[in-house]
Amino acid sequence: MATCALRGQLFPAGRAGAEALATRGIASPEGPERPGPLQDETLGVASVPSQWRTVQGIRGETKSCQTASIATTEVSAQTWKHADAEVQTEAPEPVSVPSSVSWSDGPGLAAFLRRVEPMVTRELNKNWQSHAFDGFEVNWAEQQPTVTCLHTLGYPPAQAQGLHVTSVSWNTTGSVVGCAYGRLDDGDWSTLKSFVCAWNLDRRGLKPQQPSAVVEVPSAVMCLAFHPTQPAHVAGGLYSGEVLVWDLSRPEDPLLWRTGLTDDTHTDPVYQVLWLPEPRHSQRFQVLSAAADGKVLLWQGGTGGRLRLSAGFALAVQQLPRNTKLKKPPRGETEVGATAVAFSSFDSSLFVLGTEGGFPLKCSLAAAEAALTRMPSSVPLRAPAQFTFSPHGGPVYSVSCSPFHRNLFLSAGTDGHVHLYSMLQAPPLASLRLTHKYLFAVRWSPVRPLVFAAASGEGEVQLFDLQKSSQKPTVSVKQTQDERPVYCLEFNCQQTQLLAAGDAQGTVKVWRLSTEFTEQGPREREDLDQLAAEVAT
Amino acid sequence: MAEVEETLKRIQSHKGVIGTMVVNAEGIPIRTTLDNSTTVQYAGLLHQLTVKAKGTVRDIDPQNDLTFLRIRSKKHEIMVAPDKEYLLIVIQNPCE
Repeated sequence: MATCALRGQLFPAGRAGAEALATRGIASPEGPERPGPLQDETLGVASVPSQWRTVQGIRGETKSCQTASIATTEVSAQTWKHADAEVQTEAPEPVSVPSSVSWSDGPGLAAFLRRVEPMVTRELNKNWQSHAFDGFEVNWAEQQPTVTCLHTLGYPPAQAQGLHVTSVSWNTTGSVVGCAYGRLDDGDWSTLKSFVCAWNLDRRGLKPQQPSAVVEVPSAVMCLAFHPTQPAHVAGGLYSGEVLVWDLSRPEDPLLWRTGLTDDTHTDPVYQVLWLPEPRHSQRFQVLSAAADGKVLLWQGGTGGRLRLSAGFALAVQQLPRNTKLKKPPRGETEVGATAVAFSSFDSSLFVLGTEGGFPLKCSLAAAEAALTRMPSSVPLRAPAQFTFSPHGGPVYSVSCSPFHRNLFLSAGTDGHVHLYSMLQAPPLASLRLTHKYLFAVRWSPVRPLVFAAASGEGEVQLFDLQKSSQKPTVSVKQTQDERPVYCLEFNCQQTQLLAAGDAQGTVKVWRLSTEFTEQGPREREDLDQLAAEVAT
Repeated sequence: MAEVEETLKRIQSHKGVIGTMVVNAEGIPIRTTLDNSTTVQYAGLLHQLTVKAKGTVRDIDPQNDLTFLRIRSKKHEIMVAPDKEYLLIVIQNPCE
C-alpha cells in the first residue's frame, strides 16, 4: 500500500528523481553509480511520510450549528389603580304614603264612609259599654294552675358540711342552673372547702343529687353569675374577697381567671358579681364585683389567668349625697359596705347599690369624682354615689331594677320589708312588710311588669302580683320544711316559667310558675306606669 | 274631601279608639291616623284576613256576604267594615 502510493506519486516527477530516491539508503557493495544486472536485491524499507494524508488530513470543514436564539422579553406589570365607591341605601320607602295618594280617591271613598260610619259608630259605642268579654280568658296554652316544684337539687358532700346555697344563677341558654355553696351565718374566716355546682335541666337522665359540673373552691363562695353569652363561663365572688371565673365545660381545669390576693383585691366578702359589656365592645364582657369593703370593682380577663382591675369605685360616708337624714359621719373616711348591686335595664351606666347601712344608693359608672380612700389601688378609685334613698331598718341584702320601667326598683333587707322606690325620690313609693325575719333576695319577674318574688328567712318563696294585691303575696310556697331561710332566688329569662331558689339546707329548688305569673295581662304596663307616676305626685 | 276627613275625625274621637285607617281593594292604605309602619302592617294583614273571611262566608252560603269583622284580642278590639272598594279599620281599646 505504501509502495503503490509511492509510484503513483513519483512517476510524473521524472526518472532521475525517482532513481535517486530509489537508491538512497540502499546498502550495496558495488556503489550506487553502476547499474548491475538483474539480481535480487534487497531493498531497505523506505518510509515516506504520507503527504497526501497530511494534505488530505488538514482538509476539514468547519461547521457550526447554533440553535435559534432564545427570545427573551421582559415585561413588568404593576397594579396601582384603586377605586372608591360610595353606596348608600335610602330609607325604605313605605309601601304607600297615605297622604300623597289620598287625593286620587274620588267620591267613592266619601260614599263608602257615609255608608259604614253609622255601623262603625254603633259598634264602637256598643263595644265601649259592653261587658261581654269581662273576665273572659282564652286558654291557648296549657294552663298551669299552681306553682309546683320541678326539681330538688343538691350536692351531698356540700350538704354534709352544712353549707348553704348562697347564690343561684341561670346560664344564657336557660337550661343550666348553677349554685354557689358557702355560709352566710358564721361571719368568720374559715378554711372550709366549698363548691360551685351546676345542673343541666334539659339533659336526659338528670340526677338531682349529682351535678353535671362541680368545682371545688378553697373558700366560701358568696355569689355567682353566669356569662351573658358564654354558656359555660361563670364568675364567682368569695368570702375572702377574691373574684374568680370558671369554665364549667373543662372539668379537669375549670379555672379561667382569678384576681389573686393583691392590693386591688377586695378585703371583705364579695356579695355580688355581675357581667357588664365592655365600653365600646358590645361582645366582650367584664366582671363587676361589689363587696363589703365598700368597693365596686371592674375586672377584665388578662394574660396568665389573672383578672386585671380596669376601673373601680369606692364608697365613703363623707361623699354620700346628703339628701336624707343619715347619722352624722364620724371623722375620717369610713367605707360603706356594698351588699347588692343591680343595673338599670334602660341606662347601662346607672346602677343601684344596696348597703350595709340600709340605704340604697343611685350610682353611675360615669362618675368622675375621686373617692376618699387610703386603700392602695392600681387604678384611681372614683366615688359613684349620686343619690341616697331613705333607709331600711337594717342592711339591704338585695336590689332589683324593673325590666319594664326605667325609674322603678325594689330593695329588700333584714327588716323584713320590701321597698318599692322610684329613682326620682328618696322615700319609697311603697313599703311592704313580708316577714318577721330577714329577707334575703328580691327579684322582678322578667315577663310580668307587676310581679316580683322574694326569698324570706322563714323558708318561703313569695310571689307578689301588684295587680292583685299590694299587701300580701299572691302565692307563697314553702321551700324548706323546717323554716330555715331561703337565701337566693333567680327567674329564668329564657324559660320564663322557671324560678330557682337556694336555701340553708344546701338545696336548690326549681319551681314551675303558674300561668298567671308568666303571661302578661292587658294594660299591665299602663298600670305599672301609673304606679310609678301616682305616688310620685 | 272635607267630608272624608270629618267622618274619620268623628270616628277617631270615639272612646278608646287608638287608630283609624282606610285601605283600598289592593290592601294599600289611603288614610290613616297611625304611623306608617304600623299602618302598612295592619293594612296588609287585615286585608288578607278580610278577603279570607269574605270567602269563608260566601263558601258556606253563596247567598250570604260578609258585612262586618270584629277581632277581639287581649289588648285591643279591631273592627273592619268591608266594601267593594275599601276597608275601614278601627282599632279600639276594650272597656276597662
